[in-house]
Order: sequence, then structure tokens, then C-alpha cells
Amino acid sequence: MQKANIAVFTTRDVIAPTNLSERLANNKKTFLTFIVLLSAFGCAPSDDATGTARPGKPVVIKNKGSDTMVNLAQAWAEAYIGVSTTASVEVSGGGSGTGVAALINGTVDIANCSRQIRPKELEQATKNTGKVPREFIVGYDALAVYVHPDNPLTRISIPQLAEIYGEQGTLKKWSELGIAHAACPSDKIIRISRQSNSGTYFYFREALLGKARDFALGSLDLHGSKDVVEVIERTPCAIGYSGMGYATAHVKMLDVAVESGAPYYAPNLQNVLDKTYPIARPLYMYSLGEPTGEVKIYLDWLLSPVGQKIVERLGFVPLKSEGSP
Amino acid sequence: MNNTTHTEPGSARADGGSLFTETAIGRRKRWTENGVRIFFFLMCCFMILPLLLIIGYLLYKALPVLSFDFLFTNPKDNMRAGGLWAPFLGTIYLVIVSLLVSAPIGVFAAVYLNEYARDTWFTRIVNLAVVNLAGVPSIVHALFGVGAFVLFAGLGESILAASLTLAIMTLPVIIASTKEALNAVPMAFREACWNLGATRWQTIRRIVIPNSISGILTGVILQVSRAAGETAPIMFTGAVFYKAIAEGDVFAYNLMEQCMALSLHLFTISTQVPDVTAGIPDGTAIVLVGSVLLVNAAAIVVRVYLRTRKKW
Amino acid sequence: MLGKNKGANVPFSETVIELFIRLCGISAIIFVFGIFFFVFREGAGFLFGGLDLGQFLTSPEWYPTSLSHKRYGTFALILGTFSVTALAMLLAVPFGLGAAIFVSEFCSPKLRETFKIIIELLAAIPSVVWGFIGLTLMNQLIIKLFNAPIGLTMLNGSIMLALMSVPIIVSIAEDALKAVPDSYREAAEALGATRWQVIYRVLLPAAKNGLLAAVLLGAARSIGETMAVLMATGHSVNIPEGPLSWIRTLTATIAAELGEVARGSEHYQVLFIIGILLFTITFVVNLIADLVIKGIRQA
Repeated sequence: MQKANIAVFTTRDVIAPTNLSERLANNKKTFLTFIVLLSAFGCAPSDDATGTARPGKPVVIKNKGSDTMVNLAQAWAEAYIGVSTTASVEVSGGGSGTGVAALINGTVDIANCSRQIRPKELEQATKNTGKVPREFIVGYDALAVYVHPDNPLTRISIPQLAEIYGEQGTLKKWSELGIAHAACPSDKIIRISRQSNSGTYFYFREALLGKARDFALGSLDLHGSKDVVEVIERTPCAIGYSGMGYATAHVKMLDVAVESGAPYYAPNLQNVLDKTYPIARPLYMYSLGEPTGEVKIYLDWLLSPVGQKIVERLGFVPLKSEGSP
Repeated sequence: MNNTTHTEPGSARADGGSLFTETAIGRRKRWTENGVRIFFFLMCCFMILPLLLIIGYLLYKALPVLSFDFLFTNPKDNMRAGGLWAPFLGTIYLVIVSLLVSAPIGVFAAVYLNEYARDTWFTRIVNLAVVNLAGVPSIVHALFGVGAFVLFAGLGESILAASLTLAIMTLPVIIASTKEALNAVPMAFREACWNLGATRWQTIRRIVIPNSISGILTGVILQVSRAAGETAPIMFTGAVFYKAIAEGDVFAYNLMEQCMALSLHLFTISTQVPDVTAGIPDGTAIVLVGSVLLVNAAAIVVRVYLRTRKKW
Repeated sequence: MLGKNKGANVPFSETVIELFIRLCGISAIIFVFGIFFFVFREGAGFLFGGLDLGQFLTSPEWYPTSLSHKRYGTFALILGTFSVTALAMLLAVPFGLGAAIFVSEFCSPKLRETFKIIIELLAAIPSVVWGFIGLTLMNQLIIKLFNAPIGLTMLNGSIMLALMSVPIIVSIAEDALKAVPDSYREAAEALGATRWQVIYRVLLPAAKNGLLAAVLLGAARSIGETMAVLMATGHSVNIPEGPLSWIRTLTATIAAELGEVARGSEHYQVLFIIGILLFTITFVVNLIADLVIKGIRQA
């Protein structure tokens, strides 16, 4: 889900009946800029057409931040086209840090964040904009540990995962976990991971190893959450992690315990909401000050059952009840 | 070689029945000859087979989704369903803008190299630069695009930045084929023109370019095919994961905004988007391959057609 | 050069046009330097301020996002790039040269045209499509044929790279073979040599520089290829042990990690330094190929 580059989603293009000649003129203008640029090969003023709201057009709510959440934010924005005619949402990714930085600069209405805002950032934002950012939990992201369905393993503890994935880990073979994995003749654990700067990778590493230890090299660092599940479907020896929502009928999710003696919990909605499933984190949205007007309407809609249904559809965990937390 | 002794026709009949009898050595030679021919033919076929197999495989898998609508509807439902309109239009934008930049620069560069430059060390360096520009990895072009156009020139991630990156990447394609075409115009044509008092530029414009237009056109068409298929250079300079645009509106993109592109779309839906309707990734691949091959076929047709009309 | 006009009045507009032509003419140089300059500019800060170049080139530990101990060793990536390229060349060179020999020595002119068109079409298939084929079709084939746990391996990437670089090898090798004068062939045949002997004893030695250049340019193409290896090789930081081990290349690392890295950070700069490394490698390979080709011209 962590995409490779910043996504821009302009709903205005869809809802607003586009005036053809205006479009043409707009393109002509950029074309001229571009000719000037060619001859000069220097700096051209950035003609940012998306940022400015034209009179008569709906209000644009600017939403930026976490790459983990960019798909979710897009899906909301896409669905919101059918809900509101007075506001449209423009979404871009770039990471939680980018979102918070934009919030501090006051250039966005809503920042998406897959971690909680730091006290220092909160202070900066308050000082810079004069408004205190307001926090909303809009859903949860739970990572499931996947194995092949032929794997007899049904549960695993965090320390075991740490020894499988961590640097100088001691668990290299399935038999060392106390199981006989018949479908995997080599007995070798094939680790499936994600590219090393995706949010999912960061979160999983921190949940397993804290901040001091790294993952061992030699895992398959795949490019998307979907890729992880698809490779596991075909690979009996593999173990991998991915969002809970990516589960298919051809893979098995393991129950996870915090410690070897502790109770094991299955990755499901109930356990995530009870906060008993250990690899889950809340997803945050921050508005600049107490939300008002169109921003408030939008946030209320996100937290409503309709908005939360989209959370579930995208493989995240929705909130228990409606309303702001 | 074995029948060197000239004998009377009558006596030759006695030992074999023909004038040029095939000896054992000759027979072996003929066998090796055919064997070698077949061996190399098979090696050649090994290269053609993949092309046919791949297109066949993609077509077979994509058949359920291929339709007119597939090309003219947007990707829907978080890119799990729908068509290719936004990425297809994005690719067209990228190709056209990059062509507008690289065609004139490329053609004039070739004119310089073939018509103006003398064989000096400097010209050799320019030629070497063209070869090396063609050899720079596409991902390095992407880094260049980020450094030069997105950041330094302040274009941001936009269609313009991506197109300029593509333009520089595809420049050698145009230079090489234009140069070849210009080189094929006989020197006598130019000399005749100069003797009539025409200037160098007049000669180029009236005589050299019209007589080499087929080669220039081929280069331009090949540039289009190359630009349409590239992924790495546009990934970080202007192509996006997802962007909704109005269906059927060909002016839906603004040059300073980002766009979707077919090649990147194929990458994202095959690695990152879960539960994509079966056949859609294959359909995207076939549309991409199909457009690129069609453009190449056009180049071949142009070349063959204009060659038959060559005046010398 | 303007002397050719022999005193004709050159209009002002023509001076401008000629200036423009000259500018375009040297554009290739400007762009090659521009590429180096801008890639260098983004990476220079860290290259000269903090990066341990020895570790960068020789350590296999690639931990760009570690919270406790960041390490930027690209040895495994360099090895990945070279091993996948070497295997690709092992697959592509026999077929490429064989096809070039067939096209230049055995074909009728009509058949030759047909083959060249097909080779051109093969060259036109975008790399992302090769990657897609590697990810889907070839992945399953390798699992079935070699009983491998995962089909996304060096072998998979090499087959894709071989198919991508074969057209280059064929077209350059064919040029080299065609450049061998017919008198060589006629002389050999007059001495009673078979076709095979002509090829093996006369043509290949005579065209060896051109053939070497063909292989070098094919290799340069493989080294620089991004999307196909990103999708087909498993993308794992690993010292390769054999054709079925999964690997990661320099190009794929940039493509996978540049998108989500913070601009200006060390990790970001290291990716640009890898870009400089790639640029240098392909530049040198291309330069050697060019010198080799020049060598034949002079001979």
C-alpha cells in the first residue's frame, strides 16, 4: 500500500463541469511558461493551479500526510464526491512527517499521521499558526503475520518473531519453532518483508525489536502489501507480515502473543478494538484548531458509519462506535 | 573440387552416372552446411518465440476484460476494477510533450553532426556523448529529472518535469536515426545546390531534409515508442499512483499537475493493489505493448514505403 | 565552414538558425554533463561529508533506515547487479551471436528484413512489461521446473534481461559481421572451407572487436535496467549463491526507496551516490565499447 510516490487526487476535476476553453487557456499559459523555461533553462515560477480555489467552485479541503493512510484518504475523497457538492478533497502522501510539517506551516486543513504527533511538534504548530491541532483517531492499522495454509503453525509470540526477523536471530528453521513442516522440505524459514522505508516495515520492526535492533538482511523485500500475501500463497516455507485486510482464503494468519507465556490473540476486529492484539496501531488525523465549516462536516462524515465502512473495505480496522473519540 | 579431372562423357558414366559425382567428403560437407544453417536458424527462432509467446499469453489472459470501454473508463474502486482512461491519457500527454522537446533538438543536433561538424576531436566527443547519453541507465535519468527539473528548475513533480526527463532520455534515438538518414543523402545533391549559390542552411532545408524525411520520421516514431514504455524516469518526476480525471475530456490534465501513466499503472496494480479483477493487469500490459508495437509498426511501414520512393 | 558560401550574403536569420543548430549539436554534451552534475549535486553533501566510501563499496550491510546504527554498504547490491548481468549475458550471447550469424550469413535479403523487424519489435517491449512477465509467468515456470520455493530469483531476472539485451547484441553483432569484407569469405570458400569453418575460422576472428562491443553494450543495457529486475529478482539484500538465490540490484534499490525517503536526508543522498556509481559504471562500459568499435574502423 505504501506507494512509491506522492499521489495527487483532485476531485474537483470530476465534480466541476469543466469549461473547455478555460482548460485550453490554462494549458496554453503553462505551455508558454514552458517555452520560456526551455529557452532560459532556469527557474520558472511554479504555476500551481491545484492550490487555488476559483470562485464558484467548491471549497477544497487539503489533506496530506502518511503513506500508510494515503489509499484510505483517497477512498474517502473518492466517495465524498457523491456526498457533498460544496466541498472536495485533495489528497497527497509523502509520509507522516510531511503531513505534520504542513500542519505546522498551516498549509493543510487535515494532516494524516500513522503515529501520534510529538509534543514538540504540537507546540510548534500552536506557536506558528495560533491554533491547537485537534486529534482524531479515524481507524486502526493491524498487521497480521501470514504463513502458507499447509504450515502446521497456528500461533507465534513477539519474541519468536524477533528471533526470526532480527539481526543475529536464532530461529532459522521451522523445526526450531517446535513444528514439523512437511510441505517445506528444506525446513528453512523464508522471510518476506517490505522495502526498508515503508511505514509498514518501520512499524513492524519497532513492534518486534524496539529501536535498538535491526532486521537481518536476506529477506525478500517486496514492494507492496499485496505482493507479500501473493508470494506467501505460493511458498510453503514463507512467513510474512501485511495489513490484516490483505488476507485471502489461500493464506493463514497466526495468533500472536506479547510474550511466550502470555495468551495468544487472533488478528480480528474485536481483538484490535480491545487492544489485546499486539501489532496494531491507531491512525490519526489532525485538524488545525477545532474543525469548522466544511472540514468539520468532512471529519464527521469520516467517523460516521458510512465513512467507517470504507475503513473496513480498505483492510483497516474501523472504530467501534461512531462519533469523535 | 573433387571433379577436377576432365574425362570423356562416356567414361564418366561408368563410375556413378553423373559428371559431378558426390564424394563422401562432398556429402559430409553438404550435411554440415545444412546442419549449420538449421542450427543458426533455430537460434534465431529462440528469439522470436518469446515475442509470440508473451503476446499470446497476455492476450489469452486479458481477453475477458478487453473492450472499448476498458480504454475509456477510469480505474474504479481503488483501482481494483474499471479501465485505463486516466493512465492512457497521461501517457499520451507525456509522449507528446517530450516529443515537442526532443524532436527539434534531436533533428538539429543530427544536422549539426552530419552537415556542419568537421571530423575533429570535438566532434568525436560530441558523438561519444550521444552514445553515452543512450547508455545512461533509466533510473539515473530519473535521478537527474528529480535534481534538475523537479527541484532545481522548480517545476515540482509535474507532467512537464516528467516529459523533459523523457525527452532527454530519448534524444539519442532521434539523433541516431536522423544522422543515418542525412548521411544517406548523396553528397552530389548538396554540391549541386551549393553551386547554384544556395547557402548551407538553404541546402539543408530544401534538399537534405526533404530527401531524408523518411529516416527522420522513423526516428521520431521510435522516440514515441520508447517514451511511452518507460517507467523509471517518470516514477519520481511526475507520474502518480492515482488521479481521477474527467472521462472523455482530452484536456483533463494540466501540464503543471501530475498524471497517471500506463507503465506505472501496470507496476502499481501488479504489485501494490490488492484484489485487482483478474485480467486487468494483463489487459494493461497488452494495451501498453500493443500501443508500443503499433507505433513501431508504423515506423517500419513509413520506412519501407518511403524507401520504395527513393529517387536515387 | 561558412567559406562554402563563397561570398554569398548570409542573411541574419540564417546566422540565428545556425547558432541554434550548433547549440543543439552540443546539447548531448551539455546533457551528459548535466546528468552528472545534478545527480552529483544531490549526493555530494554526504559523499564528502560523512560517507565511508570503503564501507560503501565493500560492506554487504545495507541498513539505510536503522534507528540505532545506519549502515550504507552496497557490496551485496553491486554483486547482485553484476551476477544477474553475467548470467543474462551467458544466456543472451550464444543466442544473440547465433541469430546475428544466421541473419548476416544465411538469410535471403527478404528473410533478413523480416528478422530485423521482429528483432526491432522485441527491443520495443517496455521493461515494465518484462517485469510483469517475470512476476507472473516466469515466476510460476521457475517454481514448477526447478522445484524452487520462490520463482522470483536471479535466474528469473537474468532471463528477462537476456531477452531485453538480445536485440542490441544481434543488431551490433550483425553490423560487425557485415563489415567483414566478402573477399575473406570468398577466399576461405575457395580453399574448400565449409560454411561452419568459414564462420568459425574466418568471420568470428575478423569481427571479434565488433562482437565484443555488442556484448559490452548488451551488458551495459542489463546493468542499467530497472523495472524488470525490481519486479523479477526477489529484491533481497543477499550475497548470491546460485541462479536460484534472490538478489537485489543497484537500480532496483533506487527505484524502491527513492519514493518514500525524506529529501536531503542521508539515505536520500546515498541513493544519489548509487546513481553516480551506476552512471560511472555504464559510462566506462560504453566508453570501452566505443573504443573497441573505433578499433575496428581503424584496422
